[in-house]
Amino acid sequence: MTTTTSMRTPFARVRGLGSAKSGTSHFWHQRLTGLANIGLAIGLIVIVLTLIGKPYAEAITFISRPLVSLTLLAGVISATIHMRIGMQVIIEDYVHGELLKVLAILANTFFAFAVAISAVYAILKFGIARLLT
Amino acid sequence: MTDTATRSRPLSPHLQVYRWPITMVMSIAHRITGAALYFGTLLLVFLLLSAAAGEGSYYKASVLFGSVPGQIVLFGYTFALLHHMLGGIRHFIWDTGRGMEPGTREALAWANLAGSVVLTIIIWAVALAFR
Repeated sequence: MTTTTSMRTPFARVRGLGSAKSGTSHFWHQRLTGLANIGLAIGLIVIVLTLIGKPYAEAITFISRPLVSLTLLAGVISATIHMRIGMQVIIEDYVHGELLKVLAILANTFFAFAVAISAVYAILKFGIARLLT
Repeated sequence: MTDTATRSRPLSPHLQVYRWPITMVMSIAHRITGAALYFGTLLLVFLLLSAAAGEGSYYKASVLFGSVPGQIVLFGYTFALLHHMLGGIRHFIWDTGRGMEPGTREALAWANLAGSVVLTIIIWAVALAFR
């Protein structure tokens, strides 16, 4: 058994951490990803507008450009973190049964993760396809 | 007993009684647009996976998104994205402790609505010009 000695009082160590032991991290990450999403969503709109009417080969060449791929990758990661936290708040507000709530929060995490890896897979595939041609 | 239950008595006002303040409507809209965007990410994943699958599926996805129902969904998605984005900026303003005074908060809520409508129209004007 190891005990760590600290000069800090127990209250100082738990202050702000709350019952979930993670304190305000959700609040902070929601702000951080929200701020990033402003620029990344504008980037997504510009990308989609550019893609309109482009034939397949041109569309792929455009998406696989480094700046476009990176904007999409960053956008997917930032957006899925943001939407996972946001949906968890909604679940915690409206789902009151403990089991159902836990299951809903798990499903929320799986959904956000599935969206993230599917999009990342597709974006990377463009880049790799470009390297091979 | 039954008599008292059926007699109409004054009730405390609730959502169906008072006029909805614009701040409340925009708060609800922020949550609804957030939930819509959550499921709307499936559209982006669908588009990306179709493009990654090859020319045939990319063409099919383009036809689907170009159809009237597809365009309506994308228009709604654009509005939800912009409304939620401006709503988020409003939250950032509140985070600094500003924008909560009477008058200012209503102005911000209206700006949120007007801004998202105007930006959606501008983006779609550009999109339709590109077709």
